[in-house]
Amino acid sequence: MTEITHHIPDALMAAYTAGSLPEPYALVVATHVSMCLECHASYEAHQALGGAVLETSGEAAVSEALKSDVLALLDAPVASEPVYKRTGVYPGPIMTALKGRAPKWKSLGLGVRQCILSGNAEGSVRLLYIPPGQAVPDHGHNGLEMTLVLQGSFSDETGWFGVGDVELADQDLEHTPIADAGPPCICLAATDAPLRFNSFVPRLLQPIFRI
Amino acid sequence: MTYVTSPDPDPADTAGFSQETLWMLAVRDQRDKAAFSALFDHFAPRLKGFIMRSGMGGGQAEEVVQEVMLTVWRKADLFDPGRAQVSGWIYQIARNRQIDVIRKENRPVPEELYEDQGSMPDASQVVGLEQEANELRQALGRLKPDQREMIEKAYLGELTHQEIKSQTGLPLGTIKSRIRLGLERLRHELKDMRTDD
Repeated sequence: MTEITHHIPDALMAAYTAGSLPEPYALVVATHVSMCLECHASYEAHQALGGAVLETSGEAAVSEALKSDVLALLDAPVASEPVYKRTGVYPGPIMTALKGRAPKWKSLGLGVRQCILSGNAEGSVRLLYIPPGQAVPDHGHNGLEMTLVLQGSFSDETGWFGVGDVELADQDLEHTPIADAGPPCICLAATDAPLRFNSFVPRLLQPIFRI
Repeated sequence: MTYVTSPDPDPADTAGFSQETLWMLAVRDQRDKAAFSALFDHFAPRLKGFIMRSGMGGGQAEEVVQEVMLTVWRKADLFDPGRAQVSGWIYQIARNRQIDVIRKENRPVPEELYEDQGSMPDASQVVGLEQEANELRQALGRLKPDQREMIEKAYLGELTHQEIKSQTGLPLGTIKSRIRLGLERLRHELKDMRTDD
């Protein structure tokens, strides 16, 4: 595997650590951190700073009952939550979003496919599958767009992006990413553009291409 | 309160570890309830204060504190003193829980690093991490009030989306590849922000 050269910038990592990032972007960061030791270390450093804030930003007395309640619950049985492990090119956070199942691809034509993982008015995140030589579809964004490579690679005016690399783009960046020769390029792409059709549109009328 | 921590198998290996780390290791390795009780006494008031600062009422804040402390007990096996300070580890659990409560959604979390699971990491690495975290804490304390407030705002999760997008929320430089280097760098960044000494 080639070295990851495009990482998560510090301000985004701080926002992710604090839980301030909208869910589509948070999924991209969580997935990148699962693939990149450097960003895992960065994540831990931000946690340490968060811990320093926790230690020093003031105390509020807790009620007497709280401690006895907690101590009484230590031995209570707990339902274990499912942990979804990396499967193929999909790290744990993506498998969690897929609830452990394989992606359900929908064709966008010319061999390009997508699988929407989540979407609402705040933004959306999807998997994209792009055969060599095809353009990565424009996922329509007004603000920040994050694209993480899971398999293969793509190139555009700004550079080359291989497995683990994240491209950050804002609305001012005119770019046309093209999948390189080799295995099909699979990406995780998050955008703040809402899915175009609201849920009240009858299912039959919804276009196949929600992009 | 008084408590007795379980005898450590080899005290020499834990020389220089903070009290919080020793409590957490006793919870992780011996399921020591006295050590957990001590952790509770230390962290519960801080957690409640921290959570209330982000706008939650006292009653709901205590519910979150309860969930966080129970998670500390139940997921203790994931604590690795070679990679995380107890405070940083608990900070992340608390923020995740707050997001779950506020947004009714699970925050996507990275895969755990399972290297050296359950085994004691190099003691000097743990001590080095403790020292750097202490220095980081001191550096935070020496910041000018408005700069300190900005850092606190960021880690309380109060940056606006615009501040996040424009990346003006935090004046921190690139963090290097290992957490120790990362902490060192963060500390210097904080130091560079200081203008009053």
